[in-house]
Amino acid sequence: MLELIVNSRRHSVDVEPEMPLLWVLRDHLGFSGAKYGCGVGICGSCTVLVDGEAVRSCTMPVSAAIGRKVVTIEGLAENGLHRVQQAWIDHQVPQCGYCQTGMIIAAVALLAKVPRPSDEEIDRTMTNLCRCGTYARVRKAIHALAEAPPAAAGKVPEESR
Amino acid sequence: MSIVLSRREFIRVSAAIGGGMALEFSLPGVARAFPGAPIGEINAWIVIHPDDRVVIRIARSEMGQGTLTALAQLVAEELDCDWAKVDTEFASPNEHIRRNRVWGSMSTGGSMGVRSSQDTVRRAGASAREMLIGAAAARWQVSASECSAANGLVTHRPTGRMLRYGELAAEAAKLAPPKEVSLRDPAAWKIAGKSLQRLDIPDKVLGRPVFGVDVALPGMLHASIAQCPVFGGRLRHVDSQAAEAMRGVRKVIRREGFVAVVADSWWRANEALKKLRIDWDHRGNGQANNETIAAMLGEGLAARNLPEARRVGDAPAALAGAARIVEAEYRSPYLNHATLEPQTCTAWFRSDGFLEVWTSTQNGEASLAAAAEEAGLPLERVEVHKMMLGGGFGRRGGPQDFVRQGVAIASELRGTPVKLMWSRQEDMQHGFYRPASIVRLRAGLDAQGRVVALHTRIACPSILTVLMPGSLGKEGIDFTAVRGFSDMPYAVANQQVDYAMRNGHVPVGFWRAPGQQNSFYRESFIDELALAAGRDPVAYRLAMLEPGDRNRLVLEAVARAAGWGSPLPAGVYRGVAIADGFGSYTAMVAEVSVGAEGNAKVRRIVVAIDSGYVVNPDNCRAQAESNVVYGLGSILYQQNNVRNGRIVETNFHDFRLPRISEMPVVEVVLAPTGGFWGGHGEPAILPLAPAVCNALFAATGRRIRSLPLSDHDLRRV
Repeated sequence: MLELIVNSRRHSVDVEPEMPLLWVLRDHLGFSGAKYGCGVGICGSCTVLVDGEAVRSCTMPVSAAIGRKVVTIEGLAENGLHRVQQAWIDHQVPQCGYCQTGMIIAAVALLAKVPRPSDEEIDRTMTNLCRCGTYARVRKAIHALAEAPPAAAGKVPEESR
Repeated sequence: MSIVLSRREFIRVSAAIGGGMALEFSLPGVARAFPGAPIGEINAWIVIHPDDRVVIRIARSEMGQGTLTALAQLVAEELDCDWAKVDTEFASPNEHIRRNRVWGSMSTGGSMGVRSSQDTVRRAGASAREMLIGAAAARWQVSASECSAANGLVTHRPTGRMLRYGELAAEAAKLAPPKEVSLRDPAAWKIAGKSLQRLDIPDKVLGRPVFGVDVALPGMLHASIAQCPVFGGRLRHVDSQAAEAMRGVRKVIRREGFVAVVADSWWRANEALKKLRIDWDHRGNGQANNETIAAMLGEGLAARNLPEARRVGDAPAALAGAARIVEAEYRSPYLNHATLEPQTCTAWFRSDGFLEVWTSTQNGEASLAAAAEEAGLPLERVEVHKMMLGGGFGRRGGPQDFVRQGVAIASELRGTPVKLMWSRQEDMQHGFYRPASIVRLRAGLDAQGRVVALHTRIACPSILTVLMPGSLGKEGIDFTAVRGFSDMPYAVANQQVDYAMRNGHVPVGFWRAPGQQNSFYRESFIDELALAAGRDPVAYRLAMLEPGDRNRLVLEAVARAAGWGSPLPAGVYRGVAIADGFGSYTAMVAEVSVGAEGNAKVRRIVVAIDSGYVVNPDNCRAQAESNVVYGLGSILYQQNNVRNGRIVETNFHDFRLPRISEMPVVEVVLAPTGGFWGGHGEPAILPLAPAVCNALFAATGRRIRSLPLSDHDLRRV
């Protein structure tokens, strides 16, 4: 049995240590917010936070996540919406929405490190792929979040880190 | 029987794609006759609960294009309910069959979701409003003409008495629907026509399980699939010993065209799949490659006695007498849809003999027909649960291959739900691709540079032959292969369009804005003609468009908005293109720059769209942005090559999608002129490639006659 900490709770799973974290989350723990898009770490639909870092969970063996804090989209806010999720609604970012859970996680990680990212920093960090083409709104939402300091922008604390 | 239904459906759909014809359905009125309908079901589209919650049923699919919200807005507008209390649900395909197809078409393609059902759903809303008024009048024992409805309340004007819709719904549902209703003038819209937030977005940002791949059922197993890599091949033999010994594996399923592994998680199924030793019979297609396909299309271009998709005047004679001839050949590669959610289907043969299916589909009724046929069950014994689509773009409508496979797999594990999901590699290599095509263009100019003749020869595989054979035109003309030329808006006195259908073995399908490659060919070539004539590209086009033509209006609008003719920053160049299609008129100006090493950057796109009416402006802008990014990948680097009978590309490393850093500024000018209903899901992709390539010509002096750009040296000549 492997012990995992996902969304602040301990979970025991009986899986191969090489099984990618994505599939442990999706098929064994029922967190389907992280998505499979490519399986090779390119598209970023599977992005989750591991100790606050945005990680492509489709290429991270579950053994590498043991003892670390894993946060999925389901655990981003204890109640209601994380401020990044709220900004995604305010700016009507998603289209089909399939890549957006990963995109939101990537934005959470970026803003935690760089509260006011430049366009270049967004270009460098937000490497998630979106087939619908929501990029202009992703950029706009991130800039809007940078303008509004976290404390004033929402009631949800940054517990997700 | 299922096939007959779906065929008929396909024919009706195909008749409307591109032609701008609205589909007509009868007014819903049979709801009360349907046993088991909820008490507050006023008609098939609207259920009002005692707490005033309004549930609007949506027959079309939601794949990010915003149709779900737009249709709800149109219903709510006429119903005049409180938007904050509106909820939606997808109409059930099974109920649809049992209710004599009460919801009309469930097909979601051709940018028709709103425009082909707007009349029906608005009438449903208006009819329900009148029935609620009738119920209130009966309760008060007054004339209905003294009552009015607004914002979820019916008011008796003389006395000021009011009743909530929720208090009236059960009684209203028992009334006969009015024979005639009047619809609101769009100028007076309060809910429609506004940039209301999309109803599906909160669930999506919360990561709720709304997609086909998110289905989770008690005891469910997971399947991964391997199809013959050479299209049309068959399974000869598979050694599954090693796979079957792997952890979690329950079963290896063998079918004519695929092998699937079923396990207790998808990863285990897919790992076991890699251990299969499969012997495929390629059935003669294993030698096909890019060159054989190019030769096939080239033979089509040279063929005699081709069917004509258009003949106006006498093009050969006019060409013979022209002052000048301009000729060019253009081509395009196959392209995969690459929906980010791979194809998926969950199927469960229940112990009572009923089959339930969950899938991401652009056509719930077609999924139902495919599932029923595969299972050998009557339509009434099958239900399809329509999930949100992780992208559609035409992949998940006509072809229901994934549904048939999902049902075939689950049929071997009766009583157990099985979720099939394709790997990205399967998805990349088993698409229904945008056809590869070649076109030869010959134009005759008079002494003033005006076009007196255009002779177009198109060699292109036929999508309709694969997906809707019943809707081919006379002499086998596939309108998706000839559009843009067969319906060209430019006033050219002599036109001929020859079509060589050359199909090959690669399956082709409706890739966003089917036939969009013809816009690239035509509008690039028009720029070649403008250059030959020494004219400005905008002025040259305007001179060929009749006064009042909406193509002309959007071209003027985009030229104004983009500042056509005004100075540009150093190193930035412009190109223009127009296109009409999917019911709308679109014109675009692209601004590009090209670095010293030939690296092209699309910097700014200005697009003007006339769709007649606009139901949700912000969402229409989002669709234009979407078309730009979707099209940009196919301009910059996407192509699907064929080698040894199979698609070469396997994943996003060799079939790249644009990243945020490549996103141009997109400015959308919504310019609705009213009087018709056009679409938004596809039109803006039509002028993109030619606008960009015309700008690249201005930047480099190089005329791009094939895509993608990664095949070209773009250093300035």
